[in-house]
Amino acid sequence: MTDRRQWPLWEVFVRSKRGLSHNHVGSLHAADAPMALRMARDVYTRRQEGISIWVVPAASITASSPDEKDPFFEPAGDKVYRHPTFYELPEGVEHL
Amino acid sequence: MSGAPTAQLPPVAQYALRLGDDALILAQRLGEWAANAPELEEDVALTNIALDLLGQARVLLTHAGKIEAAGRTEDDFAFLRDERDFVNVQLVEQPNGDFAQTIARQLFFAAYQGLLYERLADSADPTIAGVAGKAIKEVDYHEDHAAGWTRRLGDGTEESHRRMQAGVDRLWPYVDELFLTDQLEQELVAEGIAVDGSTLRKEWHKRVSSVLEEATLAAPESSWIAPGGGRRGVHTEAFGYLLAEMQHLHRSHQGARW
Repeated sequence: MTDRRQWPLWEVFVRSKRGLSHNHVGSLHAADAPMALRMARDVYTRRQEGISIWVVPAASITASSPDEKDPFFEPAGDKVYRHPTFYELPEGVEHL
Repeated sequence: MSGAPTAQLPPVAQYALRLGDDALILAQRLGEWAANAPELEEDVALTNIALDLLGQARVLLTHAGKIEAAGRTEDDFAFLRDERDFVNVQLVEQPNGDFAQTIARQLFFAAYQGLLYERLADSADPTIAGVAGKAIKEVDYHEDHAAGWTRRLGDGTEESHRRMQAGVDRLWPYVDELFLTDQLEQELVAEGIAVDGSTLRKEWHKRVSSVLEEATLAAPESSWIAPGGGRRGVHTEAFGYLLAEMQHLHRSHQGARW
């Protein structure tokens, strides 16, 4: 915020009409939250993409680091038993 | 085809052109900001507004052509009329100036158009009522956008305040024309088709004054009032240049399409 030459970055999340959750659609620069919302409306929902918008200061997001990718995610790779695929379905159960 | 002078068209067609020309010319002005706005996001915002206005203009110009029943299309009205046959108010043709001046023009016009469309949504002419009814939400957003920027710039830095005040001062003389009425309008008011512009003045000043006040800006106390005449086809110097840019491609390449 102290850098007067450029507005801070905001991440934009949009929920589509039939969507259950907000999905990340992109980012933009804006001076504050109300301006970020309006700009998100103009940049990301001009073709009816959504009915609800969240904007989050990019600086507020804590992200996992690419360097930690292996310890973070690789151990899950060979744990097939964590998937719910070992149950026998009773007769007549559909859509499961 | 170039067709009859606007002043000889049926009254409802003339009225549709007044509404349509306001929207068309302001859209053309706002389009000049494409790739030139202070921020990429603002670029998209201004051109979105321009496209909203262009959408309104297309329906209204087409409607004028249907009433005239001489085969003129929206393109004929937009590209083949000369300056004196355009009947927009002079406010919308005023040059963009800096960003603050553009915002002042947006605030003044959106407040006017919003009040007008609210009333026109009940017009006895179904097409005009339809355009107005649908566009109210668009115009609400235009006003919100302009009011937001007016507050930010007016109540911002010394420099932004100075520029915003200069924009307000520059365009204030063109506000009066928005509320002038004439015989054509009065005839259509009697038929329940048009709105008497003079009845919007008080509410407009209330709305705009409250935004200016929040923005720590002042409406000029006494100011020169532009003689107006846009509804009669009288325009300011800047308008000819705007038309030249808007029309030259279509006139040089008849029937050109995207």
